[in-house]
Amino acid sequence: MYSNNATVNKTFITLTFLLLSAFSFAQTTLSGVIKDYKGKPIPGASITLRDTYDGATSDSSGHYNFSTPEKGEKILAVTCVGYKAWEQTINLHAGQMPVNIMLKENLDELKAVVVTAGSFEASDSKRTTVLNSIDIVTTASANADVTAAIRTLPGTQQVGEKEGLFVRGGSGEEAKIFIDGTLVNNFFFSSVPDIAQRGRFNPFLFKGTVFTSGGYSALYGQALSAALILETVDLPERTSANFGLSTVGLNAGYQKLAKNNKASWGINYNYTNLLPYFAVVPQKPDYFRVPLYHNAEGNFRIKTSRTGMLKFYGYFNYNQLGLRNQDIDSSTLKNAFGLFNNNEYANLSYKEVLGRGWKFNIGTSYSHNLDNVNTDLQNQDNENQHIPYYPYLQKAFKVDSRSQLATVKTVLEKHLSGISAVRFGGEYLWNKENTDYSNDTIKHALSSYIDNFTALFAETDIYITNDLAAKLGTRYEHSSYLNKSNIVPRASMAYKIGNKGQVSFAYGMFYQKPERNYLLFNNNFLYQKATHYILNYQKLTSEHTFRVEAYYKKYNDLLKTVPDTNNLGYGYAQGIEVFWRDKKSLKNFDYWLSYSYLDTKRDYLNYPKSMTPNFAATHTASAVVKKFVLNWKTQFNASYTFATGRPYYNLMADGAGKYYIADQGKTVTYNNLSFSVNYLPRLGKKDSKTFIVWVLSATNVLGNKLVYNYNYSANGMNKVAVTPPAGRFYFLGCFISFGIDRTEDVINNNL
Amino acid sequence: MKKTILTIFAIVATVAAFSQSERYTSAMKQNISMLDSALSNGKIIDLSNNFERIANAEKTQWLPYYYASYCTIMDALMREDKKQVDVIADKADSLLTKAQELAGNENSEICVIKSMIATAHMTVNPPGRYMKYGKVSDNYIEKAKQLDSTNPRPVYLQGQNTFYTPKVFGGGKEKAKPYLEKALAMYARFVPATELSPSWGKSGTQWFLSQCD
Repeated sequence: MYSNNATVNKTFITLTFLLLSAFSFAQTTLSGVIKDYKGKPIPGASITLRDTYDGATSDSSGHYNFSTPEKGEKILAVTCVGYKAWEQTINLHAGQMPVNIMLKENLDELKAVVVTAGSFEASDSKRTTVLNSIDIVTTASANADVTAAIRTLPGTQQVGEKEGLFVRGGSGEEAKIFIDGTLVNNFFFSSVPDIAQRGRFNPFLFKGTVFTSGGYSALYGQALSAALILETVDLPERTSANFGLSTVGLNAGYQKLAKNNKASWGINYNYTNLLPYFAVVPQKPDYFRVPLYHNAEGNFRIKTSRTGMLKFYGYFNYNQLGLRNQDIDSSTLKNAFGLFNNNEYANLSYKEVLGRGWKFNIGTSYSHNLDNVNTDLQNQDNENQHIPYYPYLQKAFKVDSRSQLATVKTVLEKHLSGISAVRFGGEYLWNKENTDYSNDTIKHALSSYIDNFTALFAETDIYITNDLAAKLGTRYEHSSYLNKSNIVPRASMAYKIGNKGQVSFAYGMFYQKPERNYLLFNNNFLYQKATHYILNYQKLTSEHTFRVEAYYKKYNDLLKTVPDTNNLGYGYAQGIEVFWRDKKSLKNFDYWLSYSYLDTKRDYLNYPKSMTPNFAATHTASAVVKKFVLNWKTQFNASYTFATGRPYYNLMADGAGKYYIADQGKTVTYNNLSFSVNYLPRLGKKDSKTFIVWVLSATNVLGNKLVYNYNYSANGMNKVAVTPPAGRFYFLGCFISFGIDRTEDVINNNL
Repeated sequence: MKKTILTIFAIVATVAAFSQSERYTSAMKQNISMLDSALSNGKIIDLSNNFERIANAEKTQWLPYYYASYCTIMDALMREDKKQVDVIADKADSLLTKAQELAGNENSEICVIKSMIATAHMTVNPPGRYMKYGKVSDNYIEKAKQLDSTNPRPVYLQGQNTFYTPKVFGGGKEKAKPYLEKALAMYARFVPATELSPSWGKSGTQWFLSQCD
């Protein structure tokens, strides 16, 4: 019995042993290599026998190896960040089982190539960012003007006598500005003769900026040269109040973030008066009405769902100025220019993700601008003079110009497989222009027009692989006033070379209506036309950005005003541009360099032949440097811009009304060194509820003579340089924001 | 007879269940024991994959997803090249979401990882992202403390974040030291709820403390 038991026990043990060994002998060992479709090994991929603990992770050479006691049919699954999941049913049998696996790259926006030809992106989130929004406000020469910061990028001209972005041989009118997708009229303050005006909008209003110097998307039109696409900020981080005081005025604002963090509203008021500044810093013109601005803004933003956002922005501005200069035709007379301006702008936009890969975007805006301009001829005692003959008759007049623009634009986007997408939509613009002109002999000459402008567009992003992408688009436009339609192609593609570099190419045709000054009197025009060809190479690493771009732009159907008004003008622009930005090589030092070479000629307006326009310099270069000194809580910014002289002309008409060049030359080279300092005394005070920024800036600190152009007297005998109203511009301001901390609420609302 | 069969059935089922949970516990223990070494020998992705495998097979346990998320976010935080950090942090977040669903609530340990995920996003571009993610990270540390005042990990994270914050921004070694000392004292008292519950961070606290002197 006892022995029997022992035998049983022994047998049992043996059996168990045998079973156990059979069990272990029956293990399957899976091994192999994981590669992508280019044959590159993939490390870090997870290989799993579905619903078991068994699996492995591929090593640096893509190899994996693991054993499993499982039997029969099982699913082998492989996952890896950046690749499509892979799985396959396998029949496990004891012994070695080699399984080699190929993974498809996930087409994802982070790794995929992006078309960069012609476009500079400044945003805080996107990967293609070259500048971010803080860069715009800390560029020394910019004085917190968005377009002034953009002028440190290649492709732009240093034009100081007229507002606007002069891009690649294009005039200021050829660059259009869009806020949240819709066109903005009167982005700049109203023109004053020979003094460029600032942009109206605060740079802190925008979180993203795309500056495209050509070849841009079919979503945008009516700009022959360039588009500046601005995206407004979303919800603020917290409720806050702010107050600012500077050498040019004061401002106050309040932003309220709702408790549930899903909505906000805000108001801002800005008062600018240059009286104290002009009292200290003498100006060349005699200001009989010192520039004064009232500026009020309101906004609300509502997060309508996890992905939906409704935004409103409203802007009201009133400003006035009056200045006197020596008359060019007479040594005893003066010219007085007076301006009152009212401007209102409102923008409402809504975006939502509809599901199944659909995105919906609608934007609507309305703007109204009224300029009351009064020019007078005055004697030395500033009394108005009436001289009823040429050239003095034209110098005293009064004109009221009103512009109204209402727009609505819808874009639908559908994501296709991977990250390919198709986008389409339309826009409608209602534009009404009026002028009321009077002088000594003409009383209230009225002119006006209304244009109903419609556009339809479609565009597709095609990702062939992560390394090769194409964007194809088309745009149809119709203007009721011109009674003409156009349809244009847009195409671009990008190809990745190596790990960080890429080449892209863009092509597109662009149409633009003639300016309002011509349309007010005549609608018998064609669209003006430009065709862009752009080749770009970009190398982007976390430390550096290097870009080089070559382009050719052909102009057709430009407006001619002499001998008749027609569309027989033409021209071209070509050039090479280089951009370099380095954030890392020197500690706490950040700088960028831009260089543009431009060769352009055109025959338009009253030009007697094809010639280089007066807004085109052959060589332009900028250097922007920023250094943050942590221990001083201070950022030092400097920028230096150089441009070769621009041509200037005195175009005069002969007896037959034919224009000829009576005089011409080149302005002196342009050199402008600017400095600014930002001091943040509360920086790093963790629980501080107030945040203070001191700003001190000065432009043209070296006092270089800046000559933008020359004006000529009617007889051509007197020639006067167009220069800035003062040699230097200084700014000192202190801006305080009172953050109303609601950390507790944030925690309780689970972010 | 019927009763006997039922009894046998019950015993078999219990044994099977027991061996299943035994297998789970031993696999988890083994992987948890590798946490510290994986951080130093570059095997953290492997470890994350191990935990994810267990999580996917078990389907009802929150801890394996929690550990998979922890390993993933440590991988993101340790990377020199910030290019992939956002994607990896997103993966950690999706693993953590599964952990939270299974845990049934947002507990203190889950808040700790949420804070680390926000920190990882911030490191991609600290000046541009501090306002957003710095705040989120701080808030989750606070929430983790609120949910379990004995948990040393949020205090350790606070010390670590302070350690890496430049002096003028209110950080630095001296400022970090009190947090780390407090965390160390808390680790001495801290008793994990179960043998698999999170207990990491003590050696890290000691290392940072050693750097403070």
